Parts: sequence; structure tokens; C-alpha cells
Amino acid sequence: MTINPDLQGRSYPAAEVYDVGREKIREFARAVKATHPAHFDVAAAAALGHRDLVAPPTFAIIVAQRADAQLIEDPDAGIDFSRVVHADQRFVHHRPILAGDRLVAELHVDGVRAMGGGAMITTRSEIFALAAGADAADAGDNSREAVATTTSSILVRGEGQ
Amino acid sequence: MTPTFSELTVGQDIGSRSVDVTRTDLVKYAGASGDFNPIHWNEAFATSVGLPGVIAHGMFTMGSAVQLVTDWAGDPAAVVDFQTRFTKPVPVADTTGTPDAGAVIEISGAIGALDAGAGTARVDLTVLAAGQKVLMKAQAVVRLA
Repeated sequence: MTINPDLQGRSYPAAEVYDVGREKIREFARAVKATHPAHFDVAAAAALGHRDLVAPPTFAIIVAQRADAQLIEDPDAGIDFSRVVHADQRFVHHRPILAGDRLVAELHVDGVRAMGGGAMITTRSEIFALAAGADAADAGDNSREAVATTTSSILVRGEGQ
Repeated sequence: MTPTFSELTVGQDIGSRSVDVTRTDLVKYAGASGDFNPIHWNEAFATSVGLPGVIAHGMFTMGSAVQLVTDWAGDPAAVVDFQTRFTKPVPVADTTGTPDAGAVIEISGAIGALDAGAGTARVDLTVLAAGQKVLMKAQAVVRLA
């Protein structure tokens, strides 16, 4: 299987909405062994000025990897998931992710570089919180707020790599 | 005690911690994150693709490493930027049924840069497993009062 070089520049629009729940924030925080009370206790989060529980700094990976799945599962992309290695990851937070947020992600394929028999693919997810009543498909800039930009590079190993 | 920007200096140590990791922890992280790649929970699959055995999710290592920074900053929302490269896998031995960790991740942090205009400090993390650096350029930018 070879990686489609025309992937570069491709975008996938925001699809499903991800509802950020308090129990998911608590579960994710426990899973990364976080103990800060703002992940668990609404009063502790409020004392820091937040309207609800604060997600850990890498929580957005849930939304970003769902967006990445659109690319990885795209038969036209030519990516064998069993040969994928995570090479780097970045999270830029425009504002914290909080319980109660309704998030959507737009996926952009920023780079495709051949490496040996494989390829390094860099993707960027622009994550937005929808305003009340807005839906993913029709949300314009007035009905959504930029929350985070995540970038990740995956190495798809070629045969024998 | 929340750090104050004006009292920080480049090179200052923010502390260290170690994180014990078991196979159960990887299953929990898989469930919490939605990343069910079998290299993180199935020994036979992991070895079949050329790995030494089950390895931790890179995002588990990244996500657990940043707790040193959030606890130091006093507010998880203060971490406005966090990035790393994954350089070496973290093999996690099967210690099921024993009280032992399958791997230990050692994390330490120091102030790498200060931006007075933005009011931000960059914390550079050193993250080791079995004495080897498993993350490179692990940097968290923290906004401080």
C-alpha cells in the first residue's frame, strides 16, 4: 500500500459533535494520573474562575484522533493503521476545554513527506466550541468559538521499516 | 502556592515526579482516550509488528508528564501550549497479579524561557523510562499572573 501524495492540502469538515461531560473529564484525568482538583470538583474549578470542570491539557486528543480517523479510514488515503507510529504532537489552547462544551474539529492535512517506503503525515485539527443551538454543519464563525489547535505527525512505516 | 512570573528565572527547577505504569493503566487510558491500537494491550500483536512487547501510548506518557506542570502552575487552564516528539517507546512489562509497576516514567521540569510581553513561561520537561529519554522537546508554555 502506498500513501496518496495528493492528500496534502486536503481538508475534512467538522462532522460529529463531541459533548464534553464531567465524568469523561474525570475518567481521562484519572487515566493520565492527574490529581488537580479542577478536573474533579466543580467548586474547585469555580474557585479558579472556570464555569465547570477543566479538562487536562491533552484531553483534546480525543477529538483530534476522531478527526484523524476520517483520514486514516479514508480508503483513498492508502494508510495502513497497523503501521502507524505517533511521531509528534502539539496542543495550542485558545481557551481551556470545559465540561459542557460541544466541540467540533476541522481536519487539515498540512504535510505528506515520503520517507523510505513510508511517509510522514502532518495533520492539524482546528477545534471549536459550538454556541447553544448551533450544529456542526451550519456553524459559521458567529456560532462557534476557537478552542484549540492540535497538530500531529504520524509516521506510516513502509514495508521492512 | 502559585508561581509569580516576576520571581521566575531561566534554568529554575520546578520539581520532579515519577509515574508507575501497569498494563491495567494502559487499558484504562485506551478506554478513556478511545485509542484501542492493540500494540498497547496485546503482547502477541505488539511482538508481531516488531515491538519488544506492549508499549505505553505516547499520549499516555505525554498526558501524565504534564501533570507536573499543571500542579506547579496551580491551574490546568494555565497550560496554553504543550508539545513533544515521541522518540522511544516505553515498554510496559506484564506484572499482573503483583504489586510491581511494569514501567516507571521519571519526569522533571525546569524553566526553559520567559516571555515578559506575553507573561508566559516555557517549562522544559525531561522524561525518562529505564534511564532513556522517551520524549524530546517536551515543552509546556504556561501563562502566569
